[in-house]
Amino acid sequence: MKRDIFKVANIKLKSRLIVGTGKYKNFKETAQAVKASGADMVTVAVRRVNIIDKKKPILTDYLNPKKIIYLPNTAGCFNSEEALRTLRLAREMGGWKLVKLEVLGDKKTLYPNMIETLKSTRTLVKEGFKVMVYCTDDPLLAKKLEDYGASAIMPLASPIGSGLGLQNKVNISIIIKQSKVPVIVDAGIGTASDATIAMEMGCDGVLINSAIANAKNPIRMASAFKNAVISGRESYLAGRMKKKFFATPSSPIDGLI
Amino acid sequence: MAKIQLNGKKITIRPKVTIYELLKNFKLNNKKVAIEHNGIIIPKANYKKKYLKNDDKLEVVHFIGGG
Repeated sequence: MKRDIFKVANIKLKSRLIVGTGKYKNFKETAQAVKASGADMVTVAVRRVNIIDKKKPILTDYLNPKKIIYLPNTAGCFNSEEALRTLRLAREMGGWKLVKLEVLGDKKTLYPNMIETLKSTRTLVKEGFKVMVYCTDDPLLAKKLEDYGASAIMPLASPIGSGLGLQNKVNISIIIKQSKVPVIVDAGIGTASDATIAMEMGCDGVLINSAIANAKNPIRMASAFKNAVISGRESYLAGRMKKKFFATPSSPIDGLI
Repeated sequence: MAKIQLNGKKITIRPKVTIYELLKNFKLNNKKVAIEHNGIIIPKANYKKKYLKNDDKLEVVHFIGGG
């Protein structure tokens, strides 16, 4: 069987599941969930160090950046300047150029601001960043991002943290068909089967945070997503049977008594 | 003495303190952090060369959990 390799910006990933590290009860649970998910890439945020409490635990104590790929994200940024500032700091901190760009446009929907996103992508690519871009499911804008040099297109399934699953399969399918860079569904996935559907459609990967962190048992849900993504990918590669309007017997007619 | 703003908080430090010394005071010298000094990102190699002066604004950031 041909080996199925997943590469983003020339980085080989074993898992097609990327997980977020926000919203967990504590760092121990974060680390356990990441382990159960089998992901080798996690998204992280950039924030001020707590200078008052020196003993407060930090993420890097629980998730070793040498063993797992940290993907700095600009979550919480509402314009290009904030996003660029965040990612330039992230590059200085980690020394890596692969980042996730997320510029939001509205506090209630957390919908991507594509005007600022396109502007930021262009600048970041010029500065040598490899940019994975959170975006709307508009095929034209997704194409534009690719033209600007995005390393991955990350359309939303539905609003961030909503758990509503894939709301616009047609657009996601068009984006998959037209893109030469990986398409990773980011945001809105609610449960394991949503991830399987995305993968069966031919997505290259999925990014999950809330669906795992907000599950009753996040560690178990992380494992569910691991299997869901593998299943969906296998199913996509295997190629599903054709749909028919009427029944076809599974057992031969010949020799019927 | 010099008054600086560290992560939005006003603090007083001794004169002629470098970024490296300040990080050491806060036990952050061995941590994965990035520094912005008056809006400009300072490369790690320059922490020992950069002295802090009155009214300086310093941002020290790190990676935290996020989606």
